[in-house]
Amino acid sequence: MRIAVLSDIHGNREALTACLEHAGAAGADRFVFLGDYVGYGADPGFVVDSVAAHTERGAIAIRGNHDEAIEVGTNRMNDSAALAITWTRAQLNPNQRAFLSSLPLTAKEADRLYVHANVNAPAAWGYVTDLYSASRSLIAMDAHIAFCGHIHVPALYHMSATGKIASFEPVGGVEIPLSRHRRWLAVLGAVGQPRDGNPAACYAILDTDRSSITYVRVPYDLDTAARKIRAAGLPPRLADRLYEGR
Amino acid sequence: MAMIAEDAQAAPTPVKDVRHLAVGDVVDGFRLEAQMPAGGMAGFWRVSRPDVAVPLIMKIPLLRAGEDPITIVGYEMEHMILPRLSGAHVPRFIAAGPFEQPYIVMELIEGRSVRELLAETPLAPDRVAAIGAQIAFALHDIHRQHVLHLDLKPSNVFLRPNGEAVLIDYGLAHHELLPDLVAEEIDGPVGTGPYVAPEQVLRDRTDPRSDIFALGVIMYFLATGERPFGEPQRAAEWRRRLWRDPFPPRSWNPQVPPWLQEIILRCLEVDPERRYATAAQLAFDLQHPSEVALTRRAERLHRDSFLTVLLRRLRASRAAAPLRRKSVSGMLAGAPIVVAAVDLDTDAAPLANALRDAVRRVLVTDPSARLACVHVLKTARLTIDTWEDAQGRNLHLQRMIELKHWARALPIDPTRITYHVLEGSDPGAALVEYARNNQIDHLLLGARGETPLRRYLGSTSTHVVAQAPCTVTIVRAHRMAATAETDPVHAST
Repeated sequence: MRIAVLSDIHGNREALTACLEHAGAAGADRFVFLGDYVGYGADPGFVVDSVAAHTERGAIAIRGNHDEAIEVGTNRMNDSAALAITWTRAQLNPNQRAFLSSLPLTAKEADRLYVHANVNAPAAWGYVTDLYSASRSLIAMDAHIAFCGHIHVPALYHMSATGKIASFEPVGGVEIPLSRHRRWLAVLGAVGQPRDGNPAACYAILDTDRSSITYVRVPYDLDTAARKIRAAGLPPRLADRLYEGR
Repeated sequence: MAMIAEDAQAAPTPVKDVRHLAVGDVVDGFRLEAQMPAGGMAGFWRVSRPDVAVPLIMKIPLLRAGEDPITIVGYEMEHMILPRLSGAHVPRFIAAGPFEQPYIVMELIEGRSVRELLAETPLAPDRVAAIGAQIAFALHDIHRQHVLHLDLKPSNVFLRPNGEAVLIDYGLAHHELLPDLVAEEIDGPVGTGPYVAPEQVLRDRTDPRSDIFALGVIMYFLATGERPFGEPQRAAEWRRRLWRDPFPPRSWNPQVPPWLQEIILRCLEVDPERRYATAAQLAFDLQHPSEVALTRRAERLHRDSFLTVLLRRLRASRAAAPLRRKSVSGMLAGAPIVVAAVDLDTDAAPLANALRDAVRRVLVTDPSARLACVHVLKTARLTIDTWEDAQGRNLHLQRMIELKHWARALPIDPTRITYHVLEGSDPGAALVEYARNNQIDHLLLGARGETPLRRYLGSTSTHVVAQAPCTVTIVRAHRMAATAETDPVHAST
């Protein structure tokens, strides 16, 4: 089975469409969405409808902090993020909002764990930024591999049988074997707002038969996504940063 | 510590203890044919499966509770890397066992290991060079596939009956696009004492020239019967090679010619920057002894003086691995072997000039490039050639002189340029064969103007473009150049 895992779409219709097309061509037969469908981008309704349609066909969808903020408010967000949430809330219909509130914080399937921010305290939205924060997730997880997003910078952490923890910077398009003799924490880059200096959309494919993961970078129509952000009256910085990948 | 045990708990597969396997047992479809001598970290069985024609070997890691974690990490690394390697210089990967019963099945290499040759040392210099070149080809092949071996030693090199070298055991290897589990698991330097490179002692596992150092140790051993750095057992003793240079091979064995000592000592330089930039460049020298540029290394009979060594030792006390360097593929791409195929006919002078301008641009872009200037002396197909022209001059020598004259103004260090006059009835075929035998990266040659005959038969350049296993640049002379002065050495490009 090939599972396409997508995180942090953030209302970016062009990036999501490009990733789904790529995953289809790559033979993905299952989809998992790690949350933050809305916020920042100009097409929250389209993205939520698209994810909801996938869940009706069996896909897994997890809740992110931006999805939660639609319901509970934005008191922990920076200004442009909060502005985007206020704008987004007005764009969503009741069905779309109900879908977001219905999503779970984590999901487990076979030996795979899915969560938005981290494994050890998913509801507190702490970032996996370094070996220390990764170690807390790796120790807390009850799985061979856990997937999270939230930080918008791809990384792959792993822990050996002796408890040694290390990080790895994945190279786009390279299939990485996942040894069964250690635990893995795959931190995905963002589909809709990459922040690792590479503006291409990022998602990952897990091949369960080959026990491997491939981080994929997909170039998409940045111009259209940025133009729609400006046209919607959202902070222009949210459009500019798509080009920088920051 | 945190053992990852849930899979094993979830599926308690009845596993037969690997130490109690017997001839005739079948493991996942593989029939055990004969037990082979065990290594330090793994047991070996010759196995067979009806659908695989080649002889196979099953490598079973000896995993015991509380054992050195290098065993399991070595298995994980080999399991990651071996299936991703291809070609004649690595054993073909066939299968790997599940979590509960780890093993790797691969092609059993027919031939001898270089270790078996150690009993015959010192070997004749030509034989050392021939074996060294084969190992260098194998190294270049895996380096091109992003893999550094990092545990190259005689027992890990097999020579097939056709002479090709095969590198086995990727347990300590590094793949530059995959996580390095060895570096994360082991705190100290990793390797085999006599062969480990100075930068590996400093825990740098990212330099392909570490493998060139180990090959230098192997060639030293084969040529002299001695190990250049002895057999240090403890990693703390490995540091000594950061400051103490080995006895020159010629001090052990006067039969070692200066060119071979030059090559071996260059491989053993402490600073990787002073070694060969790529294994292909090393192989090139080993295949062309008469073209090796000799330096002070070639004639040395003694080690460095006490004072020199003392100063180096003081410097070495502050030595640390570099923080960041170029990627392996970047290093290989930056040090190509470039061939200029020069047509020396007088009526081709404008073309030879245009070719030199093109070569100059390549050398400016890649300052670590090696340049081989090649001329093909066309032989008649059916007659015996005399190799003398009408004036009785030796044609071979004459062409060599002209070739050096052609190249004299190129911006390149004399140690990185060589000259070769080939012979062949078909110049295109001779160039293609040369490119194939020498791991050439980039071949530049001129294309003459079109003639009806060439259109009909196909030109040399067309043949080379179609057949050569490397990048080919076709150079044409501008119409302007054809009427300009014939030797525009100082013309700007």
